[in-house]
Amino acid sequence: MDLATLLPFLVNVIAGGLVLGFVYAIIALGYTMVYGVLQLINFAHSEVFVTGAVVGFEVFRVLTPSPMNGYLKLLIALLAAMLISGTLNVLIERLAYRPLRNAPKLVPLITAIGVSLILQDVLRLIEGFQGRFDLTYTLPEGFSGKFCGEGSSCVALGNTLRTIGLDLQLKDVILIAVSLLSLGVLNYLVNRTRLGKAIRAVAQDRVTAGLMGIDSNRMISATFLIGGALGGISGVLFGMKFGTVNAYSGFDPGIIAFTAAVLGGIGSIPGAVLGGLTLGVIQNLIGVTNIFGGLLGIANLEAIDASYQRIGAFIVLVLILIFKPTGLLGKSNVEKV
Amino acid sequence: MKSTALSLSVLAALALGSASAQTTVKIATLSPLSGGQSDLGTQIRNGAQLAVNEYKAQFQKLGMNLQLTAYDDQADPATGTAQARKIAADRSILAVVGTLNSGVAIPSSQALVSSRVAMVSPANTANNVTDRGLSNMNRIVARDDAQGPAGANFLADNLKAKKVYLINDKTAYGEGLTKEVEKALKAKGVQVVGNEGTEEKSDFSSIVAKIRLQRPDAVYFGGIYNQIGVFIKQLREAGITTPVMGGDGMDSSELATIAGKGATNIYFTTVAAPIDALPAAKTFAANFQKTFKDQAQGFAAFGYDAAKVVLQGILAAHKANGNKVPSRTQVESAIRKGNFTGLLSGNVSFNSVGDRKSATLYVMNVQGGKYRLSARLPVRPARQ
Repeated sequence: MDLATLLPFLVNVIAGGLVLGFVYAIIALGYTMVYGVLQLINFAHSEVFVTGAVVGFEVFRVLTPSPMNGYLKLLIALLAAMLISGTLNVLIERLAYRPLRNAPKLVPLITAIGVSLILQDVLRLIEGFQGRFDLTYTLPEGFSGKFCGEGSSCVALGNTLRTIGLDLQLKDVILIAVSLLSLGVLNYLVNRTRLGKAIRAVAQDRVTAGLMGIDSNRMISATFLIGGALGGISGVLFGMKFGTVNAYSGFDPGIIAFTAAVLGGIGSIPGAVLGGLTLGVIQNLIGVTNIFGGLLGIANLEAIDASYQRIGAFIVLVLILIFKPTGLLGKSNVEKV
Repeated sequence: MKSTALSLSVLAALALGSASAQTTVKIATLSPLSGGQSDLGTQIRNGAQLAVNEYKAQFQKLGMNLQLTAYDDQADPATGTAQARKIAADRSILAVVGTLNSGVAIPSSQALVSSRVAMVSPANTANNVTDRGLSNMNRIVARDDAQGPAGANFLADNLKAKKVYLINDKTAYGEGLTKEVEKALKAKGVQVVGNEGTEEKSDFSSIVAKIRLQRPDAVYFGGIYNQIGVFIKQLREAGITTPVMGGDGMDSSELATIAGKGATNIYFTTVAAPIDALPAAKTFAANFQKTFKDQAQGFAAFGYDAAKVVLQGILAAHKANGNKVPSRTQVESAIRKGNFTGLLSGNVSFNSVGDRKSATLYVMNVQGGKYRLSARLPVRPARQ
């Protein structure tokens, strides 16, 4: 196999990893926001994310017969998922974490796992009532087509992209665009607004922020609302990308996104994104290691196939944490006395 | 227990005394009638009931009052075993049609073997169901180890594949099946360009990229429909139209739903034929619809066939016993040794361990979301 076939292959693998990475990244933001403010790992976030995916499924299902523009349908799905997942996340905090806020750290962690299990079965129950388990997204017509494919005005660009191996689908491009947009909005919200400033103050020191007149409970609710809304967005994107979700789909991406948050430096917003993208690309590269093993004639590499892509990603995590315990972009906490 | 056995024998003696009196002879079904798999289990029960209805008059003439008793195993090995003990205790039950799940069949047949109650399974495929060589356990469907070679033959002969990419789901089922396929493909000189396992349920991008690079003529995926459905969807979205094949784990209408527009050029092997693929099943399907107000599916036909094997076995044992009601032991050996005819899935006879001497695997094809029968592959167990 020569370079002319291998290069497009590699580009294709990396591009696939990046698209996947954006899904992880935006889920990871949900973990990182909550952790940044409360030092709590919200393990129920994977179900908040699946809730978003389910809401997206329902919106697309209900809107399928209507002649409405596809992008408008997507917008409605995203908004509905943000609203419901955000509200759910606020409720989870209010009912399951706030009463335990002064308990030892292990207690809310266990509650979080409990909430996660409860939500899984509630989701299954709700969809099960309607005789559904695997929810299959029915997307608007054009979404399943190629980006710059037949019939669009940018065929030439599409052909150029394809020669280097970048064979993108329209929904991949939408996914990346929505992710980048939400990231931009989040970044503005946290760094440039009064709300963001207050959230950061609570994150730094809840008691002192309270003394300065910041209602820390409200800020924590706001954090959960934003984190949940991001979870909702990622749920819809996930469903759109992979086509099907069920009540238990959240576990795998949830764990990986959590890993991505840790990899990037938990609590750091750019870190979560970097972590997500890194994990996505690493996973896909490990998944194709056997091809390169075959080319280079290294039998040991040939044995590394897609079944190792998860474990490979976790090995990378361990290695990075050994050499940089705070994660890629994390800052170490300097305790002032 | 002793007193009921005694009173039964008194009753039997009385029955023999007067010509008009009848001995009650029962067959049982053991299948899930409640829980998630109750739909399939009920089909088996209803299919068997139809066979019993058909044979009732014939048994009547011979002085036997034929009845069917349905037991619910809830697709659970422990429940199934408990029910099997109840069956063993009811001396009027001569044989059992069941079960749906291999995991239930194995302990249940063990519980029945000492009381010599024959079982004829309409559905179990695990090798170990008959490999234990129990005298009472028989099945009328193909074994799991027949699926791999049959799939490989179909890939090589019908799909004319020269290069095949193998994927498995890393479960005992998927991995074992794919290993069998690989062995058979290599024996036929077909090149295996990839062989890997994945537990991934949603993202197959790296595998799809590899398939695009390797350009196999076909992909074989040993796994379950919900994982394979997502894989096929993503494969087709990447513009790859290569045929995808698998085993009976793909046998679900959900497969086409999940794969959506990609649900085309898909093949899988299965032991339960769709009802319209069986010759002579038309009358049966109409009869089933009329009796149970429900559409007959594959397992109903196999429940019917298994019950017919049991009933013909009892009749043969009755004849051999000098036209007297046969014992369980006599029925057991009549079933193992008999030749059974007039069945929906063809004639049945068993080898020394209870596997059907010549079973059929059905290859289903999904095109544009529609399922249809593509081929019938006769398969024989290794032992004859």
